[in-house]
Amino acid sequence: MTAAPLIEVEDLRIDLDDGANHVAAVEGVSFRIDRGETFGLVGESGCGKSITALALIGLLRRPLSVAAGAIRFEGREIQRLSAAEQRALRGNRIAMIFQEPMTALNPVSPVGRQIAEMFVLHKGKGWREANQLAVEALANVRVPAPERRVKDYPHQLSGGMRQRVMIAIALACDPDLLIADEPTTALDVTVQAEIIELMRNLCAERGTAILMISHDLGLVANVCRRVGVMYAGRIVEERRSDDIFSACAHPYTQGLVDSLPRLGSRAALGRSRLREIAGVVPAIADFPAGCRFNPRCAQATEVCRTTAPETTWLGAGGLVRCHHHA
Amino acid sequence: MKLGTSAIIGGLLFALAIFVGLFAPWLAHTDPVMGANLMNAEEPPSWIWWFGTDAQGRDIYSRVVHGARISLTVGIVSQLVNSIIGVTLGLTAGYWGGWWDDVVNGLTNLMLAIPSLIFALAIMAVLGPGLTSLLIALGLTNWSFTCRIARASTLSLKSQGYVQAARVLGYGDLRIMITQLLPNMVGPIIVIGTLGMGGAVLAEASLSFLGLGIRPPYPSWGSMLSEARDQITTAPWLSVFPGLAIFLTVLGLNLLGDGLRDVLDPQSRSRRT
Ligand SMILES: Nc1ncnc2c1ncn2[C@@H]1O[C@H](COP(=O)(O)OP(=O)(O)OP(=O)(O)O)[C@@H](O)[C@H]1O
Ligand code: SF4
Ligand SMILES: [Mg+2]
Repeated sequence: MTAAPLIEVEDLRIDLDDGANHVAAVEGVSFRIDRGETFGLVGESGCGKSITALALIGLLRRPLSVAAGAIRFEGREIQRLSAAEQRALRGNRIAMIFQEPMTALNPVSPVGRQIAEMFVLHKGKGWREANQLAVEALANVRVPAPERRVKDYPHQLSGGMRQRVMIAIALACDPDLLIADEPTTALDVTVQAEIIELMRNLCAERGTAILMISHDLGLVANVCRRVGVMYAGRIVEERRSDDIFSACAHPYTQGLVDSLPRLGSRAALGRSRLREIAGVVPAIADFPAGCRFNPRCAQATEVCRTTAPETTWLGAGGLVRCHHHA
Repeated sequence: MKLGTSAIIGGLLFALAIFVGLFAPWLAHTDPVMGANLMNAEEPPSWIWWFGTDAQGRDIYSRVVHGARISLTVGIVSQLVNSIIGVTLGLTAGYWGGWWDDVVNGLTNLMLAIPSLIFALAIMAVLGPGLTSLLIALGLTNWSFTCRIARASTLSLKSQGYVQAARVLGYGDLRIMITQLLPNMVGPIIVIGTLGMGGAVLAEASLSFLGLGIRPPYPSWGSMLSEARDQITTAPWLSVFPGLAIFLTVLGLNLLGDGLRDVLDPQSRSRRT
């Protein structure tokens, strides 16, 4: 890891200021993603994954704002860029696909046109050439008969096809980083696997780095080389995916691992019953003092309720934030 | 898309008016202004004079046919100007919000508070009669409904996934407005525009009737009614036919507007897909 990282997040804090409250929704978040690397953010709903992603592309709006820390893309600080410079990055160097393929496409515009728009917008192509490139882009995401499909409107396509179109749009300009925020939650299971496989293969071919966001630890660990586990606005553990099941260090990660349905060899260990983590994620406004996981943590002691744990570096680039880590 | 009966009847009436206006020189029997001949003065409708003749012996049918040109030009052009103004103001106000939104809202409320015909009357009084001033007066005074609809649509569309997605993909504000917002609000804008066109045809007639719009001898339907005022009992055909032309055109536009509303209504569209 000697080369400069593609994107580097350092001590990011995102504030939520809705007049009544002024609180940190995300705090002390740091991670880096190298070129062509895959990194995943996992955590329960509301822990701040999506807003972290929005901060990366400079799109946090009103009640939310970047309050501290730095986000560097190829060494350049995103917040220091002008609005036009940020726009030139978005969709071009950093692309994003979302959870809802149903609503993320313009209902009154043929899908081919929506893909072609990317070439016109970011690559300065004319419409004729852009339309041809759009057909190629659809072919790349394995949409059958792309030269006919480009004329279809989104409502004529199935959910899986629409998500393929979204991927075609996102990868149209050959971005360096693809942010996938719960890209398959809205799809049924068989389609999910296809889409994930497609996304992974396309990015691997092109050397596109992936930041994958999900609450499904199994999925993220499967796609990504490294995983960051978020809880209540903080990264509590960061590990290589290979290590996370066998040697996770944080009680919350352990909880996530235990709540996964077990297959194959691990099921044979006899711990096949699913275990849920008791309790719920606290709301931003009443994050507990000390370690934010302490009300739900079986190992919590006095120090956990008063002092926030420091980062402990583990071997092989892992880290954990827990007073009593394994 | 399934068109209702009202949209079809309205569309046919409007198409007829357009056809008549476009081909007026070929459809008319005589010159609408110069074709006067006192020998034929005040003939009632007959096989030769379909709609009768007036006190100067001019063919009312030919004048009504030519009147369609003027009425429709005023209706279409002025409503187009209104739609452009309304959409531009409403879209930008809804999208950017802030002080610009306040300014546009204030302006819209002002326009809504003053009846647009009174406003147009005032502008006509300043500019003087004539087609150009009519277009200006009617084009600048009836955009408030379009503006309201455009602003409201923008506010609701702004939170749609595809507008957010466009921002993530690096679209600029203008591109978002033109590709994501505008095409998704054309339905209601067209409905308002169609109804507004009917209103403009009526307004033209009213202003011309008052002598502020198209002046005699040029044949607008309103100016013909104005001229026919004194002979309404002795030669009723002078008023009946231009009146009928106004009635059918405005009825057609209103039916068309209502019919289109049923087809283009976003709720009924999402129910179908
Ligand atoms: N526009 C907003 N205004 C106010 N609060 C917000 C806004 N967007 C997000 N939040 C709050 O910030 C916190 C983090 O939200 P975020 O969307 O990042 O969660 P997430 O981890 O992506 O969850 P999910 O798995 O549900 O997508 C949540 O508590 C949410 O309520
Ligand atoms: S710091 Fe304490 S409360 Fe927090 S996870 Fe570790 S043991 Fe549990
Ligand atoms: Mg989210």
